[in-house]
Amino acid sequence: MKVSYYPGCTLKTKAKNLDDAAVASMAALGIELEELPRWNCCGAVHSLADDDLIHQVAPVRDLIRVKEQGRDKVLTLCSMCYNSLARANLLMRDDEEKRETINLFMDEEMDYAGEVEVVHFLNFLKDEIGWDKLRDQVKVPLNGLKVAPYYGCTLQRPRDVAIEPPGRFELMTQFLEALGATAVHFPAADLCCGSYQILGNPDAAKDAAATILEWAEKAGAEALVLSCPLCEFNLGKKQGALFEEEKIMKMIPTFYITQLLAIALGLNPQVCHFELNDQASVLLLKSKGYPIEFERDAA
Amino acid sequence: MPIKISPKTVDKKFLEKLERLSGQKVHQCFQCGTCGGSCPMGEHMEALPRKIIHMAQLGMAEEIEKLNTCWVCAACHSCNVRCPRGVDLPRVMEAIRLMTLRKNNNYIEPSELPAETVKECPQIALVASFRKLTS
Amino acid sequence: MPETAATESAEQRAPKIATGDRAILPEGARTIPIYVMGKKYDVPETLTIMKAMEFAGFKFIRGAGCRGGICGACPTVYRKAGDYKLHFGLACQTVVEPNMYLTQIPFYPANRTSYDIEEIEPTAESIHALYPELFRCVACNNCTKACPMDVEVLDYISALKQGDIEEAARLSFDCIQCGLCASRCMGELPQYHIAQLARRLYGKYVAPRAEHLRKRVEDIESGKYDNILKQLLEMDKAELERRYGEREREPDLAPPGEWKPKEIQYL
Repeated sequence: MKVSYYPGCTLKTKAKNLDDAAVASMAALGIELEELPRWNCCGAVHSLADDDLIHQVAPVRDLIRVKEQGRDKVLTLCSMCYNSLARANLLMRDDEEKRETINLFMDEEMDYAGEVEVVHFLNFLKDEIGWDKLRDQVKVPLNGLKVAPYYGCTLQRPRDVAIEPPGRFELMTQFLEALGATAVHFPAADLCCGSYQILGNPDAAKDAAATILEWAEKAGAEALVLSCPLCEFNLGKKQGALFEEEKIMKMIPTFYITQLLAIALGLNPQVCHFELNDQASVLLLKSKGYPIEFERDAA
Repeated sequence: MPIKISPKTVDKKFLEKLERLSGQKVHQCFQCGTCGGSCPMGEHMEALPRKIIHMAQLGMAEEIEKLNTCWVCAACHSCNVRCPRGVDLPRVMEAIRLMTLRKNNNYIEPSELPAETVKECPQIALVASFRKLTS
Repeated sequence: MPETAATESAEQRAPKIATGDRAILPEGARTIPIYVMGKKYDVPETLTIMKAMEFAGFKFIRGAGCRGGICGACPTVYRKAGDYKLHFGLACQTVVEPNMYLTQIPFYPANRTSYDIEEIEPTAESIHALYPELFRCVACNNCTKACPMDVEVLDYISALKQGDIEEAARLSFDCIQCGLCASRCMGELPQYHIAQLARRLYGKYVAPRAEHLRKRVEDIESGKYDNILKQLLEMDKAELERRYGEREREPDLAPPGEWKPKEIQYL
């Protein structure tokens, strides 16, 4: 089964771990993720001004690429890309006047009216494969791994594009449990990590990130699992700085959903590109004694 | 701190523009404060979202533009899903930002970011911050 | 007396089109109106924009170069009367049309950062750090629409955001640095300077090296050919002529790699 796939700019470089693990895991589950040809940056955030149409053009162009492929669905991983594409899609579907104007402006492309569905990886897993079938495919159950599912803002807000009702964390929980891990709930699962303010007001962003990590630790989590490269940057890569500035007392490894999926499916750890994570992530997995050869060469 | 409010101090043009850009009726807000309570960046704001909306209702354009609230906002939409009156607060914040940005002012300068920062930041952070904080 | 084909004079046989090399046009040559900086001029219809403007009396001291469509000096923006649409082209290549409204863009101020190609790291992140405005691109596609060389500008900018230097170098190959893309860019990017950097990094650091060239240079530097060059330089003219006449040459249709000369000591 082939599915159109929109990776987003960050997944091609800094979040290669999220991308490669996704493609390999899906292949192991019998699904080929076909990257869209000629895709462009989706814009990362949805423009919130009523008169601003030019900032909708970037995500709409990507949706047109899906339509050009003759597909009616596009899978995406990066939470920000998901949010940006989904909201642009709704705009094209619901607002006739804006749709006409945007189509008129993009006269070099075919017209688009919201024919494509934007699907996040977790919903795709649940609907196309199902948690039971996923459980059957697990070769390395992640028993004893206490993971806090972290959603961030863009997966559940605003309501009209939420992957599940805001405040419910069933998707990631069921996902983790299907892999054999223990999902640790904590109140900050959908608290903002600071997002782009890491560039605009870094102190504010760091405080937001520190709050989340503290809550996760208090709840007894050994690790955090995420779906967004910016969350991973604010909560993962910046943890060293947070620890040094004494904003957090303990460091917690972070994983991407697809990394845990790939490991649980028994795939070669190389596809997870753990060199892009903090070393603590690998050490945690090693400490659990799972039958994984971490130093295996890519065969 | 007493502030004088009169028909003369209410900036109607500002209010009209704000409502047009955001598509929101700020007078629907009844000042419950849930937005400020939910805001993850609230600690770093000079005035919480609730206060900004109140100022908007009173047409206090100058005072709003002096505060850093809209610039610290991370567009996380926590306020949006919790507002009991359905006021889309992120859109109001965006409108306030745009009123400054569209006069060709940037809040952050791309060319002044240190090279190391640009190299290590995920692309989505750069794209998002340039879209929200530059003109 | 009625004229027939047999009695047609030489004058009547001469072409009625203007070729732009004469100020006084042949009788019957058609002219069309164009507007340069808002003022109307009647110019022969067969000319390019550049020649038409020169016919009208303008002298180019800026914005003219190779006149062959490759140097990028003469980017032109034009409209046609009654239509809002903007068109873009090179003045030396685009033929005039009736009621064109023209303007030249000899130089558009596009940011160019300075860097040392020897010191720079050949990664996409280097390009990102030198041109952070790259991330201001909103994918409006104005750049691609403006390009007179049909370069897929949006696609190569996208490729660079995604970190793919090779793809950007490949896609931007035909760029002549005319500057029309930068002039239309909402995000204030200098697309062609960014592409130039990508191509330089690709050529210097990323593209695979030609092994056979490297080996040949090594041979030369080791002095392998010094002896025969010395012999040739010391030969007299008669001897050179004799050797030249008797030289061995690979037959034109010989299958590659099969023919070898009889004299192999110099190979």
